[in-house]
Amino acid sequence: MHDSATTAHHAAHDPALLHHFADESQQRNAASLGMWVFLAQEVMFFGGLFCAYLIYRLKYFGDFGAASQSLNITLGATNTIVLICSSLTVVFAVWAAKHGKRSMLLINLVLTLILGCAFLGIKAVEYRDKFVEHHVPGATFDFKCESPGHPGQLVPCHIPGNKDILVNQRHAEMFFSLYFIMTGLHALHMIIGIGLFLWLLIMAWKGRYTPHYNTPVEIGGLYWHFVDLVWIYLFPLLYLIDRHP
Amino acid sequence: MSEHEEHESSLGFYVGIWITLMACTGITVWAAFLDLHQFNAAVALIIATFKATLVVLFFMHLRHAGEKLIKAWVIASIFFMLVLIALSMADFGTRLWS
Repeated sequence: MHDSATTAHHAAHDPALLHHFADESQQRNAASLGMWVFLAQEVMFFGGLFCAYLIYRLKYFGDFGAASQSLNITLGATNTIVLICSSLTVVFAVWAAKHGKRSMLLINLVLTLILGCAFLGIKAVEYRDKFVEHHVPGATFDFKCESPGHPGQLVPCHIPGNKDILVNQRHAEMFFSLYFIMTGLHALHMIIGIGLFLWLLIMAWKGRYTPHYNTPVEIGGLYWHFVDLVWIYLFPLLYLIDRHP
Repeated sequence: MSEHEEHESSLGFYVGIWITLMACTGITVWAAFLDLHQFNAAVALIIATFKATLVVLFFMHLRHAGEKLIKAWVIASIFFMLVLIALSMADFGTRLWS
């Protein structure tokens, strides 16, 4: 039922402004606060895993160092750079949405999607290597190192910095369990992020975002930056421990 | 509306933050190959935290967030994560592991 007052009310504001908000800035702040609350929950979610990592790293110190050295540092660093670049394209997209620059918004959303897919592709190559090397926890797990004198020959690994102690297979397996859980959950977040950005791209293509209404781009960007943040911590903790001679 | 006017960062500023983040990535990889004894982990975590701070303050626009409530949520989430880690480590550190 539309009486004249309701019709006048509809005409008075932008259709993107929902009725229970006083103005656009209140609506934007409410949406963005909701995203930050979700991100606070994500901090606790990943925080539990980082805490588990910390405890096992202290308990199985040398074994974690040896297991970490089997990760491909070049691919890990490349992925870090890919994610930082994607964060830049995301802030460009948010800026473009706020300033009503349609083609810049579309280009940056597409670039973000390409970089996100590149990250997952590189991650897939790393996972493949781990399967080939039998470093995936489970029945076929076998952590061996290449013999220093005989390339291609696999021998039990030593603890870095202590040539007399061999790596405990079960302790190395714990490192790879944490590695796959943490990077796997991070990759799942990336997949969800790519889904979100595909949706943002479709909506941006339809011209849904204007300088007055661009909250979805902004909070989608918050999510993407958070996923980047998690990787900023995962990279040194998983790839860079005990690398020095 | 004027009191809610948002601070606008320029595109050049974002590129500056991006260059800093890239440089920090290079520094953290380089530092990992130095023998700093027990300080390797500390250096890696300090660099990671510096990068995270830049992302949160400038890319996620927390520095100029209109709502103080948002800042309170960020501080609360960091605080409770530290509580989680501190209490777990208090347990781990004082437990007689076999």
